[in-house]
Amino acid sequence: MSSRGKLRVLVAKPGLDDHDRGAKVIARAFRDAGMEVVYTGLRQTPEQIVKTAVQEDVDAIALSILSGAHMTLFPRILELMKKEGIGDVLIIGGGIIPNDDVPELRKMGISEVFGPGTPTSVVVNYVVQHARRG
Amino acid sequence: MEASIIKVDQLVEGVLKDDRRAIAKLITLVENDSLEGLRAVRLLYPHTGRAYVIGVTGPAGCGKSTLIYRLASQFRKKGKTVGVVAIDPTSPFSGGALLGDRIRMQNLSTDEGVYIRSMATRGTLGGLAKATADAVRVLDASRKDVIFVETSGAGQSEVEVIKVAHTILVVMAPGLGDDIQASKAGMMEIGDIFIVNKADRDNADRAVEEIQAMIELGAQEERWRPPVIKTSAILDRGMENALKMIEEHEEYLTRMGAKEKLARRSEIELAEALKYRFVDGLMAELRRDSKFAKLVERVAAKKIDPYSAADRLVSEFIRKRHRSRRKP
Repeated sequence: MSSRGKLRVLVAKPGLDDHDRGAKVIARAFRDAGMEVVYTGLRQTPEQIVKTAVQEDVDAIALSILSGAHMTLFPRILELMKKEGIGDVLIIGGGIIPNDDVPELRKMGISEVFGPGTPTSVVVNYVVQHARRG
Repeated sequence: MEASIIKVDQLVEGVLKDDRRAIAKLITLVENDSLEGLRAVRLLYPHTGRAYVIGVTGPAGCGKSTLIYRLASQFRKKGKTVGVVAIDPTSPFSGGALLGDRIRMQNLSTDEGVYIRSMATRGTLGGLAKATADAVRVLDASRKDVIFVETSGAGQSEVEVIKVAHTILVVMAPGLGDDIQASKAGMMEIGDIFIVNKADRDNADRAVEEIQAMIELGAQEERWRPPVIKTSAILDRGMENALKMIEEHEEYLTRMGAKEKLARRSEIELAEALKYRFVDGLMAELRRDSKFAKLVERVAAKKIDPYSAADRLVSEFIRKRHRSRRKP
């Protein structure tokens, strides 16, 4: 595969909360690290997120959620990803997610969860190391 | 290589069957300027030429994405399938890009009859036009009836991109400094239909008049006189009229100048392919030459000016080519 390819990342906000400051900060951090970042905007359904990930051929999906609905929405997204044939795409989560939920999310297939206060460089490095091109 | 050829051929098969994963992967291949991508275009090319391509350009913030969302919805109502290639600029500092055009089109993302792809300009000379044209070909081969290409139209390369469209919509909004914006980017010359969007705002009529005046100024002996219309995409107003204008322009192309315009498209296609072959290929080869680095040093030391240095590289290259051709 060509070396000219760039990492493409989808930054998505599932669910109903209206606060996308965190999503925008992380989107900018990815861009500043040389990635092509597709941002979907607020209030996305799992279907919209997964269809977008397919069409945009992204290497990673970063979900930001503050509403507390992660234990419902994340598994639904993972399930749809498998159904659409993109189960191998890296997926990470961030926002307000209680530590107690993290092991369960990992077991489901969320690769890593980043809480408030995580330096953006940590998230960027994680994606660079774990997302596989092609 | 063997394995990747099989993979490309499978992807091409998939695209022809409108398989969304195959479309996604193949657009990535052509965008990354790979050998596999070139093979894919060669295989797909005979299956292209069906789609009607609509270019949408205009200054940032004039509502292009929302307009495309509304127009696409209109086409869907008529039972047509739609493709969208939305281009956003690559940051010249980081090489990254924020692609946010989908935000305005998210209601289309779960519609199986719509395929939206965001692309970054990436900044290679002549590369953007090639990548866009190839992405359009992939969508065309997957049997999309209408394909929108959206760019901010800033700069020469983005104007080149939009020229492959059948119909070009130049979108403006009241109070964006339209007149200056439009004339500097050369948009007045390329527009087939001018749209003053956000017409629910003040000064929309003034913007229409200004654009009309500018069209008069530049009027040539063309049979198609670009209409200037008002829309408000956010309120979903004026869309039927916009659609009617697009259809009229399509009819005009089929009736009168279709051959002419299609010939111009093919000419651009070939010119872009040449540019890609020559400029990108030659540049890469010349850069690899050890003389390149040496000449950079000499230019830095002010021992030679960059133009003479370039001349030297090119003439040496031609001489080498000539010699190798004469060998048996």
